[in-house]
Amino acid sequence: MKEKFIRPILLISALVSIFFLCGITITLFTESLPLLKQYNFIKFLFGTHWYPTCYPPELGILPLIVGTLVVTLGTFLIAVPLGVGTAIYISEVAPHKIKEFLKPTVELLASVPSVIYGLFGMVFLAPLVQKVFHVPIGLNAFTASIILGMMALPTVASIAEDAISSVPRSLREASFALGATKWETITKSVVPAASSGIIASIILGLGRAIGETMTVLMVAGGAAQIPHSIFDPVRTMTATIAAEMGEAPMGSLHYHALFAIALVLFFITLGFNLLADWISHRRKV
Amino acid sequence: MRKFKQKFGFLLLRLSILLAVIFLFSLIIVIILKGAKVISIPFLTQFPQDGMTKGGIFPAIMGTFLLAVGAIVFALPLGVFAAIYLREYGKSYRLIRIIRIGVNNLAGVPSVVFGLFGLAVFVKFFQFGVSLIAGSLTLGILILPIIIRSTEEAIATVPESFREASYGLGATKWHTVRHVVLPVAMPGILTGAILGIGRAAGETAPILFTAATFYTRRLPSTVFDEVMALPYHIYALMTEGTKPQYQVPIAYGTALVLLLLVLGINLIAIIIRYRARKAKTW
Repeated sequence: MKEKFIRPILLISALVSIFFLCGITITLFTESLPLLKQYNFIKFLFGTHWYPTCYPPELGILPLIVGTLVVTLGTFLIAVPLGVGTAIYISEVAPHKIKEFLKPTVELLASVPSVIYGLFGMVFLAPLVQKVFHVPIGLNAFTASIILGMMALPTVASIAEDAISSVPRSLREASFALGATKWETITKSVVPAASSGIIASIILGLGRAIGETMTVLMVAGGAAQIPHSIFDPVRTMTATIAAEMGEAPMGSLHYHALFAIALVLFFITLGFNLLADWISHRRKV
Repeated sequence: MRKFKQKFGFLLLRLSILLAVIFLFSLIIVIILKGAKVISIPFLTQFPQDGMTKGGIFPAIMGTFLLAVGAIVFALPLGVFAAIYLREYGKSYRLIRIIRIGVNNLAGVPSVVFGLFGLAVFVKFFQFGVSLIAGSLTLGILILPIIIRSTEEAIATVPESFREASYGLGATKWHTVRHVVLPVAMPGILTGAILGIGRAAGETAPILFTAATFYTRRLPSTVFDEVMALPYHIYALMTEGTKPQYQVPIAYGTALVLLLLVLGINLIAIIIRYRARKAKTW
């Protein structure tokens, strides 16, 4: 009797995730719809002025998209070499004892709340960057990239490490038998064999960086303009939503525009996740 | 030449991990040094005073505790049931794959988007208002994928022979799951639950518009009251208000409390996992 009831209960629980994912999509759509009706969508995506509180409001999110791209690119340049390097070191080079210490340490890096990274960036890293590079403002795209890079590193490192350590031992032994050094084995056999997993790790790490909110809100400087250099303050899509939702009058065009930004953001990260899923799944088949 | 290349390559690898470790430790040391000056018993047990420039952070500690507990109460049963379905009950490969893709994508949704969802659905549609329950539910959805994944992993490590032995004794499927599979998988499930609590305690963006308030004179008396929370408190101290010279030290103190809380929670999870691995006899 119990058996009969338990299966549907479990199935419904399993479907809840899908339900929420659809719920999020539908909510974002319906809440952005008024904007799409009243405002030209092309102007929304490619307009270069974000003045939501002016009258009439200008709601071009290109500066926000560019801000997100700049910070994400900076994150990429930091997180990929460091993350993949860390993964290779942990799985191939580190002695057992050091490995036992490093793995949880990298995990801890992932568990520090983003608002603490933001605080650290504001009061420690930003003044440091300002001094070292002689720039007028420490809160800029460069500082944000460093912090986001460090935040994305554990994601890249742990997934890449899984991929690298699942490369069969025989592959390494064959390489050694041919007289290759350890370094040659790593660069010419192991990393190529693990490449799809490593690429998936990079995509997921970047997906995290694009969606990260509090750190960029606190550290990136918050200027909604297209930056001319990496040391200009920028404002990302996430930061805009977080900073302005509290002040946007409910039901106003501004309110709906923020939901529309979230919709764009949601599809970007969804694309990243599906891509990573597809790449890492392809490997197994 | 080849030896030199190898030496140089290993040097680069060591350098990359060294940078990561240095960054982590400088962050922890800065927060500890600056925060330790502020933390005291009154700081932990008193209410804020004088527009956030004096007093303690007790309501924020309580708020974070309540939010995290609410989130896990919501997410744990759902997540465990979902994982049991995926590992033990699901028959259609396609359905399982679709659900897994759904879980993965839910995990990748930016936290601020969860905040908007919570705002539109729990705060507005269900008219909970900016409240403890709206924040807890939003955080619960956010940590659901963590619970599902860790439970799935834990269930996957239970040897098939255990199930077969149970069936051999005439047990039904649910009986086997409840009395054989779940007890064996329990340390893994617990680890996932603890990591979920840690994550919920540290998130800011999802509670920004669903639960958090800068200042309240009292603790929440019902689930429909708004609450203070540690992560939001740090953010608000750093970006609002007009007296940074008093606010920044309090932000450091709050950050240290949050950091110790989250790192402590994660340490507990690591210890449970380590012990369970050691105690395994099969």
